[in-house]
Amino acid sequence: MSQTTTPGASPADGVRNAYVLGGNRIPFGKVGGAYARASNQDMLTAALDGLIARHGLQSERIGEVVGGAVLKHSADFNLVRESVLGTTLDPRTPAFDLQQACATGLEAVVTLSNKIRLGQTESGIACGVDSTSDAPIAVSKGLRRVLLAAAHAKDTPSRVKAFLKVRPKHLTPDAPRTDEPRTGLSMGEHQAITTARWGISREAQDDVALRSHHNLAASYDRGFQDDLVTPYRGLVRDQILRPETSAEKLAKLSPVFGKSLPTTATMTAGNSTPLSDGASAVLLGSRQWAQERNLPLLARVVDAETAAVDFVHGHEGLLMAPVHAAARLLTRNGLRLEDFDYVEIHEAFASVLLTTQAAWADDEYCRTELGLDGALGTIDPDRINVNGSSLAAGHPFAATGGRIVAQTAKLLAEHQREHGTPARALITVCAAGGLGVTAILESVPSEGGN
Amino acid sequence: MSDRYIELVNGGFAGSLAKKLGLPQPAPLRRYTPGAALVPGPVLVLGPDTDQTDALATALLGWDLEVHRSPSTGSARWGAVVVVLAEVDDASELGAHVLPIAPALKQMARGGRVVTISRAASGAAAPTAAAARQAVDGFVRSLGKEMRGGATANGLVLAHESTTPADDGVLAALRFFLSARSSFVDGQLVTVGDAPVAADLTGSDEERPLAGRVAVVTGAARGIGAAIARTLARDGASLVLVDVPAAGEHLAKVANEVRGTALQLDITAPDAGTRIIEHAIARHGGLHIVVHNAGITRDKLLANMKPETWESVLAVNLAAQLRINEQLLASEHFRDAPRIVSLASTSGIAGNRGQTNYGASKAGVIGMVRATAPLLAAASGGTGTVNAVAPGFIVTEMTARIPFATREVAKRLNSLQQGGEPSDVAEAIAFLASPAGGAVNGQVLRVCGQNLVGA
Repeated sequence: MSQTTTPGASPADGVRNAYVLGGNRIPFGKVGGAYARASNQDMLTAALDGLIARHGLQSERIGEVVGGAVLKHSADFNLVRESVLGTTLDPRTPAFDLQQACATGLEAVVTLSNKIRLGQTESGIACGVDSTSDAPIAVSKGLRRVLLAAAHAKDTPSRVKAFLKVRPKHLTPDAPRTDEPRTGLSMGEHQAITTARWGISREAQDDVALRSHHNLAASYDRGFQDDLVTPYRGLVRDQILRPETSAEKLAKLSPVFGKSLPTTATMTAGNSTPLSDGASAVLLGSRQWAQERNLPLLARVVDAETAAVDFVHGHEGLLMAPVHAAARLLTRNGLRLEDFDYVEIHEAFASVLLTTQAAWADDEYCRTELGLDGALGTIDPDRINVNGSSLAAGHPFAATGGRIVAQTAKLLAEHQREHGTPARALITVCAAGGLGVTAILESVPSEGGN
Repeated sequence: MSDRYIELVNGGFAGSLAKKLGLPQPAPLRRYTPGAALVPGPVLVLGPDTDQTDALATALLGWDLEVHRSPSTGSARWGAVVVVLAEVDDASELGAHVLPIAPALKQMARGGRVVTISRAASGAAAPTAAAARQAVDGFVRSLGKEMRGGATANGLVLAHESTTPADDGVLAALRFFLSARSSFVDGQLVTVGDAPVAADLTGSDEERPLAGRVAVVTGAARGIGAAIARTLARDGASLVLVDVPAAGEHLAKVANEVRGTALQLDITAPDAGTRIIEHAIARHGGLHIVVHNAGITRDKLLANMKPETWESVLAVNLAAQLRINEQLLASEHFRDAPRIVSLASTSGIAGNRGQTNYGASKAGVIGMVRATAPLLAAASGGTGTVNAVAPGFIVTEMTARIPFATREVAKRLNSLQQGGEPSDVAEAIAFLASPAGGAVNGQVLRVCGQNLVGA
């Protein structure tokens, strides 16, 4: 962990460390819920404002703010920069938009950490936002052609002529779809196939959902979220969170995905993540930058790996890419699954958590698909998603990575302080398009290093 | 939060009508802006022709004020009258020194000040001296009710026989009462001790007296708490803004406005004090000022009071402050001229129907402040103070919910015939929190425009 470069030295001197210094998010809302009238920019600005307030960053010129939204209006091409301009940050703070489906937030953290490690910047804010309530609706391709033709017309008669080509079918708007463009299947249907292939039971999935709700509710109750979440528009906790839910209540729900498969359908609204609205932000920096501002080093961003799988031809499940990415990441770092004190697996569906673990524990799969000598290993369930995850918090696509990174970094810092021993965490996030991003965070011993 | 009635009676026809009808005629108050003159006109210094009176007049001259010793020599409207009574130990002599105020009262500028400086009756050796000293109390409180045009009358009471009116601690408190910072403080007597005051009273730091100081304000998301944060920030303090997590959105706005840090925290948590200290040290490098502003009301007649209604008010308003203070007293980080200022209430002094729980909690705060004052002073080598500020009717979102007629009447029931602004409370707190407030310890300062109820 201790490299000998001088903080702030030129990149040629080598790589230094990047740290997570803090985070903030707004409580996540249900589609059409508390944030029904909030735009992506409104929510992202609120998440940034809370981050600035918590860390006293008013008038600070941050090295770069990087983030994005999955469902984005074309007018929001500079969403992050525009949001920055609405905060009290120095207006000379640069920003850019980035998007990698549900992995947007985690990819933003990885991208910025790399810039910090290379000495290209001293500080950064990785952020993400999504609104399914205020999703961009586009006009149909037919109507778009008519409107463009009319706009290009040189005189009134040709403009009228262009408009006469409008047909009733053109007036149906194009709502954004989360279906995979190449298979026409929704993400849920894809995961239903994977769930069936790995023989994951309904009870196991419901149990994952139940733990997620209970763990998140408990984290709120013990004040763990007090410096991670800032209320917004009257919402104080996540709107989806059901602290009182029970195995019985979850068992009563009817399956919604995989009903056309030969096997019994197991995926319900209770063990799948609902559409949500929200935003998150993570503060990153070099050791020197943090120390000059009296900011704590919560965790070090150790390494990251992205993977993609061939789901189009059915060779691998749509949401299995993190399984592959983690195998490469662990091999590169000489780590086993048992070396992790905490594992955060984004709960797009409860079964993602289970198929991921099943795959890592399967000797033959790990040999043939991951190119390993044998099974990657198993994880004590008590180390997984210990403060709840997307099933309970909700999953505003691009905001999820920031939520996970911030709360994991805080968890590691808490572990280090309470036990006096270092702790390590693995984060995995699956994404549409057969993508998956994984990262390793480690706690920071109180002295030494850069 | 503008007072339409004040605007109305201070202009044209409506004003003369109100006068004919005998309706209250509140005046707009002189409020503090950095850089403004200390007083709105020349200062008249009255009192026995002694060295002590001379010393005080000389000190005021040192503040670049126009100082007169006789009411007949001034031509402009008086900005203030300071009456030095510290050597008057015979009630029969009192008239000779206070009656000369009369002609000045008729020529008082808007927002003028009368401030007496006398000694504590408790320190008098003879009954006649005690009588003379105590007489000042009734005099000031009565005169406060006669002042017009936003002018006020207040008194400083010297706790120790060895203190003289021109001592730094007394001058610092006098400066507060003369200034526009005390606009809604009226008819009050504040006891001044002999602790050293580490403040340059005339120097250039007057506009940023809290520069380099780290202040924590609880309940900072809204109302009076947000005003305290703004005022302390204006005076140069670095701020930690505390409120319950549910108030986080407003708290973040205030924090970003005053360039402080937001700390979402329930002050009733057992480790709240420790977490506040840790945050202040880690993020701001120190802790000097704690303002216990967070408070709740759960009004019920005692006949209908449920145990949880009683307990929740006592837990937030009193028990949390007690626990945090214990942690502050125990902390090695709270030793550099530390300041604790608690929000009490006139309900805790005079009582209020439907507020047995609130009144008890706020009276409890007063008891706590008086008992904690010597403890913090001892722990900090005599540099620390603990005081309370008791607001009267303050125009906030909370009082805006009182029904119109009740609110309008309640607002007029004080000598200044108007509600105070949250900033008026904040100014008093900023003074007590400043180095200049060092000689004021264990006191309850009312910011109530001299409410007709209570002391």
